[in-house]
Amino acid sequence: MATIKSLDDLRKMKESLQSKINLREKGEDPNSHVQIKVAMATCGIASGAKTVMEFMMEELEKRGIDSIITQTGCMGYCYAEPTIEVTMPGKEPVVFGYVDTKKADEIIEKYIKNGELVDGIIPMNYETIDKK
Amino acid sequence: MHLLVCGGTGCRASASDSIIEKLKSEITAKGLQDEVQVIMTGCFGFCEKGPIVKILPDNTFYTQVKPDDAAEIVAEHVIKGRKVNRLLYVDPENKEHVSDSKHMGFYRKQIRIALRNCGFINPENIDEAIARDAYQALGKVLAEYKPAETIDIIKKSGLRGRGGGGFPTGLKWEIASKNKADQKYVVCNADEGDPGAFMDRSVLEGDPHTVLEAMAICGYCIGATQGLIYIRAEYPLAIKRLKIAIEQAHEYGLLGKNIMGSGFDFDITLRYGAGAFVCGEETALIHSMEGLRGEPTNKPPFPAESGFLNKPTNVNNVETFASIPVIILKGSEWFASIGTEKSKGTKVFALAGKINNVGLIEVPMGTTLREVIFEIGGGIKNGKKFKAVQTGGPSGGCLTEKHLDTPIDFDNLIAAGSMMGSGGMIVMDEDDCMVSVAKFFLDFTVEESCGKCAPCRIGNKRLFELLERITKGEGTMEDLERLQNLCKVIKDTALCGLGQTSPNPILSTMDNFYNEYLAHVNDKKCPAGQCKSLMKYVIDPEACVGCTACARNCPVNAISGERKKPHLIDTAICIKCGACIEKCKFNAISIK
Repeated sequence: MATIKSLDDLRKMKESLQSKINLREKGEDPNSHVQIKVAMATCGIASGAKTVMEFMMEELEKRGIDSIITQTGCMGYCYAEPTIEVTMPGKEPVVFGYVDTKKADEIIEKYIKNGELVDGIIPMNYETIDKK
Repeated sequence: MHLLVCGGTGCRASASDSIIEKLKSEITAKGLQDEVQVIMTGCFGFCEKGPIVKILPDNTFYTQVKPDDAAEIVAEHVIKGRKVNRLLYVDPENKEHVSDSKHMGFYRKQIRIALRNCGFINPENIDEAIARDAYQALGKVLAEYKPAETIDIIKKSGLRGRGGGGFPTGLKWEIASKNKADQKYVVCNADEGDPGAFMDRSVLEGDPHTVLEAMAICGYCIGATQGLIYIRAEYPLAIKRLKIAIEQAHEYGLLGKNIMGSGFDFDITLRYGAGAFVCGEETALIHSMEGLRGEPTNKPPFPAESGFLNKPTNVNNVETFASIPVIILKGSEWFASIGTEKSKGTKVFALAGKINNVGLIEVPMGTTLREVIFEIGGGIKNGKKFKAVQTGGPSGGCLTEKHLDTPIDFDNLIAAGSMMGSGGMIVMDEDDCMVSVAKFFLDFTVEESCGKCAPCRIGNKRLFELLERITKGEGTMEDLERLQNLCKVIKDTALCGLGQTSPNPILSTMDNFYNEYLAHVNDKKCPAGQCKSLMKYVIDPEACVGCTACARNCPVNAISGERKKPHLIDTAICIKCGACIEKCKFNAISIK
């Protein structure tokens, strides 16, 4: 792995990584992957996020859906754990709460396959500093 | 098209269930069920104006919708594409209808600075952190600023320590930088111990790199090459992610020797705490890291002068560090523009207790308790009445209804008899007994007192005993007086912050809920019905049919009586478990 030797190195690296992530998030390529983030802080794991993550990884592969599943930290919605965020190519991210394997199955079948939303969406209620 | 209907507790109480039903049937009636879906969501956090219906993709936000409005929404908005103006949110400032939720002031109530990457990046992958600006601030500082210039930026930003005390961070760094020594240390205090607080854990679990980066910046500013994170061993996931982060930062050369070609070396190691609350106090923390007993010592000397291994040491809390990189990148003016006059920026709070949306929030300083509890927090569970909110943990106090509109900042909370603390907020409703709440916190401090000074070791124990007498109905008016006097003595004479603040839960509940103390002492009654000793289970002989259900279910055989004749509870044996009330089908048993 290349070490970062200067601030310029870091900036270049940031740009290349950012464009990679942007592509993933904004889905400029309509065939690009579905991106799923599972909130895996202690609170999430305690409520079963790990099982949900494993289930989704297995099922998405079985059902032949190109996707990237990553873990992330606490989204702040501890009352609704486990929570996951699904970003369909070209769409705004959607957060689902109280996700068990049954709900995860419903999300795959309805939202990911057909774009139909399902009950249990958690509306985002904060601002990120990027907008400031 | 999607119609999102809020299914949070508040909106459900105002009939959002039947709104969903009506919308669905209207849509089916118009034959649109294949194109339009009705979806129930979690709380929008806008309960004050609920029920909420949001329409996608155009982001129209309807407030205070009634079941009868369903037909109009479908006929006008869904079919004709015309917004129903009378249901739109009206901006309280310019009185205009706001149709797009993105322009609503409400959604600007939370701004995520310390939590900016939490729940966004994969905390175990440094690439994602770098894509979100991690280590940019460190690079900028090393390449472009002198240590004194960097300290100046932090000073101008007005950042104050987020661990509880609220000491200006820039000033702390400046003092440490001015003390000369061959080695200095940067310490991150991750010994989060307030009951109900989990902000620091979430930051470390969600975005460990921001803390590492800020510690390196601090090291550069004060002239330290060594960083230590004191973290409690009960946080295994945070420890795991920190270790991964440190390793990855090393691989990229963002920690270690000659960082980014600047000639600056900085390394970070972890130190584990065994979970003693007093080790959150910086001198006790340092002793614990040195392998000594976790006991505080008198200040001065301050750690900035003689800390870890008697070298100048700068100790900051996790959340304080997490705010630093953003301040460097966005500037001190940007940070200082958020918050109140003397408390800048944002504060993370962990909402817990009898509140609907238990969770982690980050709001600008100066946000009111009402906004936090009733808007972001979604109000009180089960529609009960708000009674108090406890802030500042065992060192803080209770704030009541009269404080709901006080802007939250360091100074206002102290003026109101509580304190910011690390950011735990425990919400209490009408069923909570305030004497018991005070007793709970005293129990905690008695347990956690290190025992070094007499006021804390002995005094708190006596306070606890007095409270116990009161909750048992054995208290007298003299006890109340003694309680108050002893509180003052402990406040004035205890050695460290833990002892000096431990009477706060008593003082603030006595200030705000003196009547509850009086009821326990004079009437031998607990108004909230929580203190078991003051409750008496009684069977109403008129209502009792003698079915024996209660007697059969009593675990201690306190109930006697013949079949088909009224039963009797022997209060001397009764343990007040409530099993009989649950079993009685005739409502014959009551608590007096």
